[in-house]
Amino acid sequence: MIIMENCLYTKEHEWVRVDLDTVLIGITDYAQHAMGEIVYVELPEDDAAYEQGEVFGVVESVKAASDIYMPLSGTVIKVNTELEDDPGLINSDPYQNWIVGVKLNDSKQLDGLMNAVEYEQFCNSIDSN
Amino acid sequence: MHPYLPHTKQDVKDMLKVIGVNSIEQLFDDIPESIRFQGELSLQDSLSELEVSAAISSLAAQNRGTDQLACFLGAGAYDHYIPSIVRHIAGRSEFYTAYTPYQPEVSQGSLQVIFEYQTMISELTGLPVANASHYDGATACAEAAFMAQSSTRRKNIIVSQTVNPQTRKVLKTYLKFKGLNLIEVAENNGSTDVEQMKAAIDRDTAAVIMQSPNFLGIIEDIAEIEQAVHAEKGLLILSVDPISLAILKSPGELGADIAVGEGQSLGNTLSFGGPYLGFIATTKKLMRKLPGRIAGQTVDANDKRGFVLTMQAREQHIRRARATSNITSNQALNALMAAAYLVTMGKQGLVEVASLCVKKAHYTARQIARLPGYSLLFDKPFFKEFAVQGKVEIPELNDKLLQADILGGYDLSQEYPQYPNSMLLCVTEKRTKAEIDKLVSEMEGAL
Amino acid sequence: MIEYNKLIFELSQPTRQAYMLPPCDVQMEEAAELLPEKFLRQQAPALPEVSELDAVRHFTLLSNKNYGIDTGFYPLGSCTMKYNPKINENLASMPGFTSLHPLQPEETVQGALKIMYELQNILAEISGMARVSLQPAAGSQGELTGLMIIKAYHQQCGQGHRSKIIIPDSAHGTNPASVSMTGYQAVEIKSNAQGTVDLAELKAVLDSDTAGLMLTNPNTLGLFEQDIVEIARLVHECGGLLYYDGANMNANLGITRPGDMGFDIVHYNLHKTFSTPHGGGGPGSGPVGVVDKLVEFLPMPWVVIKDGKYVLDSSAAQSIGSVKSFYGNFGILVRAYVYLLTMGGNGLKRVSELAVLNSNYMKERLKKHYRLPFDHVCKHEFVLAGIGPNEHDITTLDIAKRLIDYGYHPPTIYFPLIVDSALMIEPTETENKETLDGFIDALIAIAHEAIEDPEKLKTAPHCTPVSRLDEVKAARDLVLKYTNS
Repeated sequence: MIIMENCLYTKEHEWVRVDLDTVLIGITDYAQHAMGEIVYVELPEDDAAYEQGEVFGVVESVKAASDIYMPLSGTVIKVNTELEDDPGLINSDPYQNWIVGVKLNDSKQLDGLMNAVEYEQFCNSIDSN
Repeated sequence: MHPYLPHTKQDVKDMLKVIGVNSIEQLFDDIPESIRFQGELSLQDSLSELEVSAAISSLAAQNRGTDQLACFLGAGAYDHYIPSIVRHIAGRSEFYTAYTPYQPEVSQGSLQVIFEYQTMISELTGLPVANASHYDGATACAEAAFMAQSSTRRKNIIVSQTVNPQTRKVLKTYLKFKGLNLIEVAENNGSTDVEQMKAAIDRDTAAVIMQSPNFLGIIEDIAEIEQAVHAEKGLLILSVDPISLAILKSPGELGADIAVGEGQSLGNTLSFGGPYLGFIATTKKLMRKLPGRIAGQTVDANDKRGFVLTMQAREQHIRRARATSNITSNQALNALMAAAYLVTMGKQGLVEVASLCVKKAHYTARQIARLPGYSLLFDKPFFKEFAVQGKVEIPELNDKLLQADILGGYDLSQEYPQYPNSMLLCVTEKRTKAEIDKLVSEMEGAL
Repeated sequence: MIEYNKLIFELSQPTRQAYMLPPCDVQMEEAAELLPEKFLRQQAPALPEVSELDAVRHFTLLSNKNYGIDTGFYPLGSCTMKYNPKINENLASMPGFTSLHPLQPEETVQGALKIMYELQNILAEISGMARVSLQPAAGSQGELTGLMIIKAYHQQCGQGHRSKIIIPDSAHGTNPASVSMTGYQAVEIKSNAQGTVDLAELKAVLDSDTAGLMLTNPNTLGLFEQDIVEIARLVHECGGLLYYDGANMNANLGITRPGDMGFDIVHYNLHKTFSTPHGGGGPGSGPVGVVDKLVEFLPMPWVVIKDGKYVLDSSAAQSIGSVKSFYGNFGILVRAYVYLLTMGGNGLKRVSELAVLNSNYMKERLKKHYRLPFDHVCKHEFVLAGIGPNEHDITTLDIAKRLIDYGYHPPTIYFPLIVDSALMIEPTETENKETLDGFIDALIAIAHEAIEDPEKLKTAPHCTPVSRLDEVKAARDLVLKYTNS
């Protein structure tokens, strides 16, 4: 399982990476592995505003459908439309292939996310359950 | 021994021994005594095939159907010609004794049929994606309303009163429990009141539901309503008669986002109201909101073409509480009959059927309009159904027609009290000139 | 026989036809002149153009690629793939039934209405309900109808705030989906170590917001919910209703009735318990029965006797309305009625006894070779948990696909969700011991192959028209119809 040092994480297995004044959001290697081969990603509209914890998209494999939750409140400023034609990109590199870019409402919310070490511990704890 | 129960006494004994119990009764020891059924079900004892056949045949003989009566009744269920091969194909037990195609390697027959059915429904409706069918036309329409709600995140569904009353009743039930609003827009002289419809459409409108040809037989002019609903970013759901689509503009051409309809006309018997099939087709944009089964083409491990159920992440067995619909399967056998019908009639045949309906219905309308005491209720374009008003009570007229072996029209005053002494007549390609002329003369005689 | 791999569209030749209609016998203008041009389609739909024999042969060859009950053993759990009697088909196909228009005058359909009336009563008797509506088109729609009745009842009692429907985690996926469709919220409770409803879990979620509980008994593990009387008491005590998912009724006929267990609403799957064919995925039929206090909420119409005649009655003021056009899937109702006459009351009880015998026999013989998570006496079905972790990563899917090579339809797999690698097996009563033994021997042989020849499982099936299909490709490169390219 790959966990990137330069990302923050949620319990729903999204990653967040700060990129200048915005954040990029994707799903983790753990999540893509659990889903299996991803066949479809439902993307949000540009400019859509979300509260922290709201569902903003869906990833689907042939056996599962999983909501993607907004890790932080903000407004979508870019959407990775490449995933529409090639959703498998998430399987091949989940950290390179972000899903949305978001302008944050409150960067303090970043403090509530897990760092790489904490996320690894979290994944280990659910696996041992 | 009963012919469906193969266990010999020796079998039962051997099996009990393997299980390690002495009697079958012991296998039910886990059921608390207080809820064990005491005594015997008040049903008669089992009957032989000869006895059952005699009993059921005598019940069938108490009915007088369209095999004995010349049928001029439509109103949502239609007496069209069904080619002989349809029943033979649907009677192949490899089709009818199969379950829904969960194991594609042993279900390629069913899956390919669904794929071909989807292709033909898409072709008829002029919309790119069709599902594998739904319970019937009315429930397909209700599911389309849910699709619209899910896609627009709005709660108001507007329906014209020219939509089949059966469909509107089902819509009312489905929408009420889901917490959506159903707004009815009145009809005006046989078609939707366009001004009232335009006034009803607003930013809360998830969809407008129209039917064409509508319940009263009239071909609706959709154009203005289509523009109005799309201007407010709502959807247009169009309910259509699949036979009419051979010659009438398709929902796709008319700008509909979702087409639905009752597919019974396509090779399915009237069967006292069911089983029928509903069809649903939509745009690429909305396809992931489609309910129910969808078959897709793929390849096997040897790169050979094959078919599977696809986009399954939409469905209840994966999405459970978050699925847009709870439907588990489709009306596969009815869809097979529809597919066999469409293949048999083919490109020319369906056009011929539709043209015959138009010509014979117009002939009948003209003959009746000539009678003193009857007039056509509406002067608008119609397909195979039209309404007539007479100086007679419709139930009495229908009684008289029945005595002449004619199944008369639908009494419109049941659902449209504004049209007393009026009935909706349907003329399909099956009606002969002799039958039509007899209808006309009996109607004349009833005055 | 050579392999057939054509789509009907690939057989099409312009001007070929499989039909012949009589010439138009009325003197009229052409349709294009009778209708305004703006309504007309410019191009006829591109339907196939083939001869009659082409059409017959095409569909016949496709049917050869299907597996049905008439082809072989079909032990799909919770689907009750029992024999579909031929007399059902013959009698339901009589023109006296198939040619009836649903809006015909009642005096012309007395035989049809009598069948519906009798069937309503027999189904009520079997489940211990007061009244049955035949309208719902399928089990899933029966469920939806049942939930609507629950909601309508609470609203009428001034309890419209009740928002929760409790469902065990072993439930069919339709249960939570139906709950959402009626605007309710599904609350899932965990099963206990015995695989049945955990009373403590249930008590913890029951409150004044509870609208009802959905349960099938025997449950999807094939286990009888022995605490059902207490469960019913607890749910009723807090004002909720109990809904019985009739998918597993085949274990109960003449033995125990949902009404006596305390259920308020029942749906029946005529295409499971009552032998009507599954049709490759429909049409089914899902009548709904209710106890006395809920009768007025049933969907309308139903058949009653009035002045010695059978009539359709739509007068119940509190009815939830129509859930479907007309009166139900009549053609299926006729088949179920024929089956009930053929089996009789005595035969029905034997049906359940033998269904349970077959299931327990298979379970006993298989439990030494496959993991059995709940080793109790089972009812009409049971669930194995695959072969467990193994050296070659052989999965339940591999086992299922290999069963096809042995000539059997695989059981339901990966369901219920609470059992890892589940194989859910329901033999039904119509299968003989030799068939069961053959299937058991095949499963045992496959368990050995998993160790000795794993490749054979991973590449199975080998003797089907196609080998394993690429579902990922199907879902990624959606091809949902034929296009001429």
